[in-house]
Amino acid sequence: MQELLFYIFSALTLICGFLVVANPFTRNPVTSAMFLVLTIVSMAGLFVLLNAFFLAAVQVMVYAGAVIVLFLFVIMLLDVKEVERQHYNLFGVVLGLLGLLSVGGMLIKAILASGVGKDLHPHMEGTTKDLGMKLFTDYVLPFEIMGVLLLVGMIGVILLSKKNLR
Amino acid sequence: MESQIAQYIPVLMLFGLASAFAFGTLLFSALAGKKGYRSRIKDTAYECGMEPVGEGSARFSVKFYLVAMLFILFDVEVVFLYPWAVVYKDMLEQNAHLIFGSMMIFLLLFLVGFVYEIKKKAFDWKS
Amino acid sequence: MDFLNDSSHWGTFLFFSALKVVMAFAVVMPMVAYSVMLERRLSAAIQDRIGPNRVGPFGLLQPLADGLKSFLKEDFTPSHVRKVYFIIAPAVSMIPAFLTIAVIPFGSVMGTQAMVIANLNVGILYTFSVVSLGVYGIVLAGWASNSKYPFLGGIRASAQMISYEIAMGMAAVPVFMLVGDLNLGKVIEYQANGAWLVFKQPIAFVIFLVAAFAETNRLPFDLPESETELVSGYNTEYSSMKFALFFMGEYAAMIAVSALMVTLFFGGWTLPFFGLNEAATSIAGGIAHILVFLGKVACFMVFFIWIRWMIPRFRYDQLMDLGWRRFLPLALANIIITAAILWMQHL
Repeated sequence: MQELLFYIFSALTLICGFLVVANPFTRNPVTSAMFLVLTIVSMAGLFVLLNAFFLAAVQVMVYAGAVIVLFLFVIMLLDVKEVERQHYNLFGVVLGLLGLLSVGGMLIKAILASGVGKDLHPHMEGTTKDLGMKLFTDYVLPFEIMGVLLLVGMIGVILLSKKNLR
Repeated sequence: MESQIAQYIPVLMLFGLASAFAFGTLLFSALAGKKGYRSRIKDTAYECGMEPVGEGSARFSVKFYLVAMLFILFDVEVVFLYPWAVVYKDMLEQNAHLIFGSMMIFLLLFLVGFVYEIKKKAFDWKS
Repeated sequence: MDFLNDSSHWGTFLFFSALKVVMAFAVVMPMVAYSVMLERRLSAAIQDRIGPNRVGPFGLLQPLADGLKSFLKEDFTPSHVRKVYFIIAPAVSMIPAFLTIAVIPFGSVMGTQAMVIANLNVGILYTFSVVSLGVYGIVLAGWASNSKYPFLGGIRASAQMISYEIAMGMAAVPVFMLVGDLNLGKVIEYQANGAWLVFKQPIAFVIFLVAAFAETNRLPFDLPESETELVSGYNTEYSSMKFALFFMGEYAAMIAVSALMVTLFFGGWTLPFFGLNEAATSIAGGIAHILVFLGKVACFMVFFIWIRWMIPRFRYDQLMDLGWRRFLPLALANIIITAAILWMQHL
């Protein structure tokens, strides 16, 4: 049952992810954004199957509920029309392929080194309590740095959108 | 059922039922509904009976965009508040100063940003 | 996973889950229909009118007639709309509203079954994440209509909803500081053993309540569909069952937030007398708990409707100002005060 659900969700993630970037039927940016929502929701499903319940909920809340709403706003704000078929230049394609191959190679190496299928067991259930305990004992400093990062983000928002107001 | 994963199966069921209901009613009403005539006037966008002017999707204020960006940042703050709230009472037993102090510093940083937003009139919709 | 091996156990679980899902749906749908009816009768009473009273005794069959009517009306899709999104938007706005009820405990136990569809440990976070998906239906409806009023309504609605989601999320934090668990069943347990949380966290409740009005686009915050400026907002171009789905979504969302408020602040299915604080031991007790819960939800629904006819609409800048500049700092102060009090109690 769990294996079946895993295959369903990972297939959904991959298919929807593919449709975000290369939808053969339409070049509408809103459609891409909606498929991105589906990708994220199916990834949340994968997180649930990995016992990472907090992560699953937060994934939907922050990415599907906030980030992509912003994407939609941007698409509508700029009134983006159907994106034209791009002309590919050889240089870009070669560089892209090289980048893809190197990142892919690193990923595959890392996955193989981690010992997949060697009878691994999860160390902890991804409950909110366990996560909070870890976050507020071992990872307090990264947490505070996160706070600074968010502050920088807030200032950046103002600088980006209100240049005319002094 | 102790396992938490199993608890998500009823959620899937509810999702299935709700979407079946929603799309089922849409389909049924499309089949059962009255078929009316179409005309050029009936097909126009509703603009209080006047001929539609310009395009349907007008451009809107950059402020909505600003709100959406701030929403992401504040949402992340809220997300961090929840694991903290859940462990707060337990952590008071172990290391009260750490759990109280760490979040107070975090919220102080948040407050600095928030005051900056207010001073820069990010939430001022009148102007 | 050991539960997969125990096939009979597994079968029972699936059967009862399916039963609970269907039952919850079968209870919520009539509640949606009859809250529309209640709204019409109550508003009539408030305005010294009579209201719909012709269909069936006391007009009680009115919702059935309305439903039938919306099925048989012409399902008109104007040619200027973006077809696919125009059709799925009503469904997208309705489904999250129904998904919210999954984690809310609507009763104690019946036999061996806990009266909650999905006993999730992330409880409230699940609710917030599903609620945050509700924005899409409205944005898509406004955009797909390709017409000015729906577009403005959709954009307004989404900005309003995301603004008040923050206030709502922050308002609920002190509740979980006291309870120490995100599971909504635990919240009720905590309240059964002490006072209802509305007495311990009145500020949190007030913020949550106002945010709930804004989230469900109800008056005094129904800016997205303010008739005098935007005709009908994001659903202006909709007709027939597509329109009815938006309507049902709105009322289902009202029921869901009412149920959430009952759970978080008013003790859920518990009642401090008649021994209704303990989990039920008999079927009758279980039914009594469900009735208590539904009664509390009904009180909130009446409150929602009552407020609608009592308070005039806010202006949009006032709405945003209230959410960001008033409620957000207030919710934050509430969190800090609660933390400080708990800290000092501990010292």
